[in-house]
Amino acid sequence: MRTFTRFMNKLSILFSRARFHSELDEEMAFHRAQVEKEFVEGGMAPEAAHYRAMRQFGNAMKLREQSHETVAFRLETVVHDLRFGLRQWGRNPGFALTAILILALGVGASVAIFAFVDAALLEPLPYANPGRLMSVNESNIESPRWPLSYPDYLDWQQTNKSFSSLDVYSEIGYLLRTSSGPEQVQGARVSGGFFQTLGVHPMVGRDFSPGEDRLGGPNVAILSYGAWLHRFGARRDAVGQTVDLDNTAYTIIGVLARTFSFAPAGNAEFWVPINALSPHEHSRTFYNFSGIGRLRDGVTIPAAQAEMTAIAKHLQRQYGITGRDLSANVVPLSEILVGDVRPILLTLLGGASLLLLIACVNVAGLVLLRSESRRREVAIRRALGATPVRLVRQFVTEGLSLAVFGSLAGLMVASEIVRLLARLVPKDMVSNMPFLEGVGLNAHTGLFAALTGLLAALLLAATPVLRLSFQKVRDGLPGGDRGTGLFWRRLGANLVAVELAIAVVLLAGAGLLGKSLYRLLRVPLGFDPNHIATVQVMAPGTAYKSDEQMAGLYREIVRRVSGLPGVESAGMTSMLPVECTCATDRIQFPGRPYHGEHSEVLERHVSPQYLATLKASLVRGRFFTEDEDASKPGVTVINNGLARKYFPGQDPIGQRIANDEFGLPHTWQIVGIVDDVREGPLDVDTWPAEYFPLNQTLDHDFTLAVRTGQDAGALLPVLVSTIHQIDPRLAVSDEATMNEQIDATQAALLHRFSAWLVGGFAAVALVLGLVGLYGVIAYSVSQRTREIGVRMALGAPRSSVYTLVMRQAGWLTLTGLAIGLVCSVGTSLSMRNLLFGVQAWDVTTLASVAVSLGLASLAAAFVPARRAASVNPTDALRAE
Amino acid sequence: MTNKPELLPGTLDMLILKTLTRAPLHGYGIALSIKRLSDDVLTVEEGSLYPALQRLLLQGWVKADWKMTETNRRARFYTLTAAGRRQFNIELSRFELMIGAIGRVLRDAQEA
Repeated sequence: MRTFTRFMNKLSILFSRARFHSELDEEMAFHRAQVEKEFVEGGMAPEAAHYRAMRQFGNAMKLREQSHETVAFRLETVVHDLRFGLRQWGRNPGFALTAILILALGVGASVAIFAFVDAALLEPLPYANPGRLMSVNESNIESPRWPLSYPDYLDWQQTNKSFSSLDVYSEIGYLLRTSSGPEQVQGARVSGGFFQTLGVHPMVGRDFSPGEDRLGGPNVAILSYGAWLHRFGARRDAVGQTVDLDNTAYTIIGVLARTFSFAPAGNAEFWVPINALSPHEHSRTFYNFSGIGRLRDGVTIPAAQAEMTAIAKHLQRQYGITGRDLSANVVPLSEILVGDVRPILLTLLGGASLLLLIACVNVAGLVLLRSESRRREVAIRRALGATPVRLVRQFVTEGLSLAVFGSLAGLMVASEIVRLLARLVPKDMVSNMPFLEGVGLNAHTGLFAALTGLLAALLLAATPVLRLSFQKVRDGLPGGDRGTGLFWRRLGANLVAVELAIAVVLLAGAGLLGKSLYRLLRVPLGFDPNHIATVQVMAPGTAYKSDEQMAGLYREIVRRVSGLPGVESAGMTSMLPVECTCATDRIQFPGRPYHGEHSEVLERHVSPQYLATLKASLVRGRFFTEDEDASKPGVTVINNGLARKYFPGQDPIGQRIANDEFGLPHTWQIVGIVDDVREGPLDVDTWPAEYFPLNQTLDHDFTLAVRTGQDAGALLPVLVSTIHQIDPRLAVSDEATMNEQIDATQAALLHRFSAWLVGGFAAVALVLGLVGLYGVIAYSVSQRTREIGVRMALGAPRSSVYTLVMRQAGWLTLTGLAIGLVCSVGTSLSMRNLLFGVQAWDVTTLASVAVSLGLASLAAAFVPARRAASVNPTDALRAE
Repeated sequence: MTNKPELLPGTLDMLILKTLTRAPLHGYGIALSIKRLSDDVLTVEEGSLYPALQRLLLQGWVKADWKMTETNRRARFYTLTAAGRRQFNIELSRFELMIGAIGRVLRDAQEA
């Protein structure tokens, strides 16, 4: 109650502040007059009485302040401080602008990177209770996540007790019939409970009903939101219509929500139930399905892992499966979705935090410098009766407002950076990283920004306050401030050493990442990627039924394309190089004892001229010939890696390898050995590889690679139209030059992304560090002008002044470098996942960072040193 | 330096309240009254008087009105409120308790 009265009284005073002050003034004037009268009555001369009364009364201003403080709200003084602070900035806009700009950079960078981290690692997946969703797969020694075969899946589903539901999916490419001809589209085949397991519901229409995923069930499809929007104009009556996929009619039963995404199944537009199996999908050893499961309540991941492993081992024994050591792999689904980008994002977040730190340190340095130049102001205010608390509050308010403005500007910078970064990621990668859609300024990022702002505010408020409490205010008053800058000089110097150390860490990181990128892009490819145009072609199985038709199509494409102007040669492959270590084959060697060894090699199907078109170099033997078709015995070209690994000390030419083609045993005679072409990603060592003639495997999906003497990019549209002239039913997609394909691979992108970003951070850090160093040296020189003047007046040569200043800068730089180099080895070790072909302690990188930073620092220090050396002794001495 | 004792901390509010129990007074009157009643031993610094008055006003223990003095000048007169009277009694009993305690301790020290 009493608190309330007090509050209300304060409030009423706040609103009638002017009256409060005038009343107080009048009251005191009356008091003074009475005292004066008393003195006069006591026999004092009127004038003396007047002064005596004034003296006795003391500082009227201070009295007023004290009375005011009793009745005022804290806030009121804060507003007052704020107004004063802003006025101070107005008088010195350079300081405020620089400080806010630097803070904005630091806050902006870290908030932007955090937005990505938040979207990728913190935001929950768009599924119900995503923490309980697991990726459930088989596993063997070579690949920890081996897909499931359909029979295994059925057994796993029926036997397991760990999952409340277990479902599988498999990517598939379809030819969609559209009014403008066939179009290649992405689809996914899923078991019936797939969406229920994820816990999502179609936003229009319905989910699959039980039995629709039975073999021979009805052909139904659920559309992705994108397909609904672009192909059906987002019309509700799309549900119930039919679409033609691979010449089969599917009835649309539902549409998924816009927020739905499931990156492991690619950018699937059509989701259909698994109601038909290809002949080999019936086999227990054809592994083509990936599993997801929802853990039952109370079941832990290790427990589920143990149960599934036991089931896998049991099935392997039961069906006598040899050649692999099967177990199970149960990991959180989120691991599959974002596992790849976690190290890179955390590295970037680390870099951004360092940048934020350096920015704060820099601004703290500026604030210190300023508090130094405001010593007189502080001393005067103190002498006029300001309490220490009041002064501290003034500086805290100023620090806080700097931090607030800096953070707000930082948020603007962050939203720009986010837009810029999001544009750096190519379109087809976005579909693999659905979380990119969610990058933006939301509650999480807002909270993060607030936290960084708070950190900055604490730092900025604490520095001048610490500075103030260490000095006696009286020192500030007498004219000069000789010798009193010592504390600041020390603290400022330490801060600069910290800044330089951080800059070293960032520079070393950027250097290592840059070197990784350089190494990665110059990894031996085994072929010449320049002047190659590529397009992917898909021939409808219904139109090209016979082997002769396919072989005829290959021949026709090569003939027509080779006739185009500028084209040197053309070839076809089942998969372009540098894409992935997938499409593998297990091989055996006829005539050798087989003990269930697991010999896995890459399998590529290529046309006779393909390897020559790539300019891959033939080591021995020959490439395929045109007449080696399905009627002839199987032939193969192997790479050096396969020859070395499986034919050590032998001549492989003429020998045979055996495999299993769609459940049938097959043998292939080796006719040639080619130097390793990097079929897998840039950052993965080359694998053993076998090449089979396309004329014998007769794929309906293939990629055309064309070598031209001219610009490969200009050839692309011509290629597309030529193929459509051959047969308008052919679907053409993914036209790009070979170099574009390489640049767009995940390995190249991730490395480029990280190298550029960390490089950017490092550049900013370097500039901030150098500005800081310059500031410290310049300040120190300005403080020592008199000392330098005296030295020179006593006959010290100019060179000794240089030495004096440069030695100080040298020490700072050396300290910063030493700390930075030690730290950078540590940080580089923590990001060695991102390094390629370079060690964390790479001496050349560290040495060049050290040398360049050292030189840059000396250059920054040279300017003030020069100013010091050109001091005119007489002026310096007179200045006091 | 005059050798006048400083006011015991915390007693100023009580003294002000006491002087106001007889009649409303202005700030100067309060200071004068305390000085006279204490036979010039206690002087109230203006620097502490006015903040103290503001404090009492805020607590609602006194209220202030502008009135004319006998010499026809406008002055702010402070009047004790009912709450202020209660507060004075509380502070007075607390003070007497303390003074008594201190006195007993000092007597004991003298006898020893």
